Amino acid sequence: MGPTHKLRRAVMAALLPAGLITTAAAEEVKIGVVLTYSGGAASFGEQIDRGMNLYLKQHPEAFGGHEVKLIKRDSKRPGGDIAKNAVQELITREKVDILAGFVFSPNAMASAPLATQGKVPMIVMNAGTAWIPNLSPYIARVSFTMWHSGYPMGKYAHDRLGCGTAAVGYTDYPPGKDSLNAFKTGLEEAGGKLLDAVPMGGPREVPDFTPFFQRVKDKGPNCFYVFVPAGNHAAAVVKTYAALGMRDAGIRLIGPGDITQDTKLQGMGDAALDMITMHHYAADYDNPQNRAFVAAWKAEYGADSTTDFMAVQGWDGMAAIAHAITAQNGDISAEGTIAALAGWTFDSPRGRIMIDAETRDIVHDANVHRIVKKDGRLAIQVIDTVPQVKDPCKALKIGKCK
Amino acid sequence: MTAVISILFDGLAYGMLLFVISVGLSLTMGLMGFVNLAHGAFAMAGGYATVSLMNGLDAPFAVSLGLAFVIVTAISVPLERLLYRRLYAAGELDQVLLSIGLVFMAVATVTFIYGPAPPSIAMPAFLTGQVDLGFRTVPAYRFFTIVVGLVMIVGLWLGFERTLLGAKIRAAVDNRRMARSVGIDVDRLFLLTFTLGSGLAGLGGGLAIEIVGMSPTFAIQYLVFFLIVVAVGGLGSVRGAFVAAVLLGVIDTAGKYYWPEGGAFFIYAATVALLLLKPAGLFGRDHAA
Repeated sequence: MGPTHKLRRAVMAALLPAGLITTAAAEEVKIGVVLTYSGGAASFGEQIDRGMNLYLKQHPEAFGGHEVKLIKRDSKRPGGDIAKNAVQELITREKVDILAGFVFSPNAMASAPLATQGKVPMIVMNAGTAWIPNLSPYIARVSFTMWHSGYPMGKYAHDRLGCGTAAVGYTDYPPGKDSLNAFKTGLEEAGGKLLDAVPMGGPREVPDFTPFFQRVKDKGPNCFYVFVPAGNHAAAVVKTYAALGMRDAGIRLIGPGDITQDTKLQGMGDAALDMITMHHYAADYDNPQNRAFVAAWKAEYGADSTTDFMAVQGWDGMAAIAHAITAQNGDISAEGTIAALAGWTFDSPRGRIMIDAETRDIVHDANVHRIVKKDGRLAIQVIDTVPQVKDPCKALKIGKCK
Repeated sequence: MTAVISILFDGLAYGMLLFVISVGLSLTMGLMGFVNLAHGAFAMAGGYATVSLMNGLDAPFAVSLGLAFVIVTAISVPLERLLYRRLYAAGELDQVLLSIGLVFMAVATVTFIYGPAPPSIAMPAFLTGQVDLGFRTVPAYRFFTIVVGLVMIVGLWLGFERTLLGAKIRAAVDNRRMARSVGIDVDRLFLLTFTLGSGLAGLGGGLAIEIVGMSPTFAIQYLVFFLIVVAVGGLGSVRGAFVAAVLLGVIDTAGKYYWPEGGAFFIYAATVALLLLKPAGLFGRDHAA
């Protein structure tokens, strides 16, 4: 943001009310997209990328005549270092107006200080650790927090699923611990008891879950709440649950919807049936926005491809960016973007969403998913809804969420 | 008590997997002193061969495993003839550079063909869920892995202890120069053990898909474990590789069960302790003699 920009903006602001400027000059808005485009998490990056591009293609009118240029960088793995380098380069060399993407929490965390220093707004499209928006005043999140699913699930599991006692297995990195704390808080507030919390290796490689699950099986809780990164970890969870006969032992498998991601659902087999998860999106949602979204997706990317929560986050993120661009008339500032997004509402394929003005975090419905068999394939049925959940971690001011 | 039995069982299954993959590495290092860091790549090749056979040609799992063994054995013959053979007399650094180069090529090739995401295969019904052993039920696939591992061990033991070929290999491991001077063709022995060892690794790779998963980085990711088995067991010892693999499998499983926060700590701590006690490995021989 150079002085000439500021001057021009001031002049425009002064002239606008007088009606002296009737048509806005078309500006090129550069968006630095940091996603996992290679490695084991490449499919996450691809889903978000496709969601973003699909919105661009379907709603060119939403950008107010301004040109959008996506500059993509590969953050490869969850470590944070590669993402941080990419963000540095995007800000200093490419001079991007907006940062977007961020699959893994550590990547968003490592990049946050750069967004603050460079005064670049950062739209988080996945990374779900609750306190990420606290790391920079220029972060807005369109995805979710681990507390959106974990906290209501703790209550719901106790009150409705008969989970008087529960155990948690989690992948040992920030969102895993976050999900554990969220579920534990919800469960204990409802009067349930947490028997065990088992860290199950890191996010990068899928471990052999057997020893961890065996430990939980021997503790004999009513319910076993599992948080692992979506994708291949999740498929291995369901497989191990079945192989150890935990269902027959009377232990119900529950979790956030990450573990029943649409792209991996069919590969889980019948072992996933009756699993209950809490989440904000599934391709099977039945609303007009989602039907249109899924149809456009399949037309663009093939009938075998499917939308999932990552895809809808890319779509919604692009809608948020479009709103920020039109609201600022193509002349992007960090403060202006955050101001434009405060209280922004949107009819997303996941339902109505809003960016909370105070926390810059998403507000959306948390839906209780049940895995059922429909027309010979596994499908997600919404059996209950906790409406318009505002991140409970920040609302309750727990730990780093203060 | 239940916990102890489950740990022993799961650890044994994991150990069998490590054994099937690592035993070939132990033999080639023991026989020729060749440091073949690409051994994991052969296991990976077997894993992906199994995936292709099952998903592409709808071959049954057991058949695919057998074919993975055959395919990887066949692949390793030209590699031995064209690449490895040239470096038998070379220094360890040259051997390491060649074989680690092969690992990187294998990782890139597999990523190019299959993509970075781990593949999945559909298990036959008799290998999913549980089997009832009478006194308790155990995961069917792990039971299958143990059975396969036991068959391999019995086969290898008979081959080693009861055949002329086995005697020659043992002789060559003990003292290569003496074996040569009594007319044993050590180079041919090496080709045989190298290719069979690679084939076994390939079969192990197929078995590994359902236990630790397969991915393009498998060749590097588990290399440390294979080397640990070889080092702890002692170079060139089938018995050593077996004992080390089972020991490490059980220790790793027990560590994760009782102290999940510790992560992979136990397996390394156990390795350090064992090697401090027996630097040449549990059943290793002193090659300086």
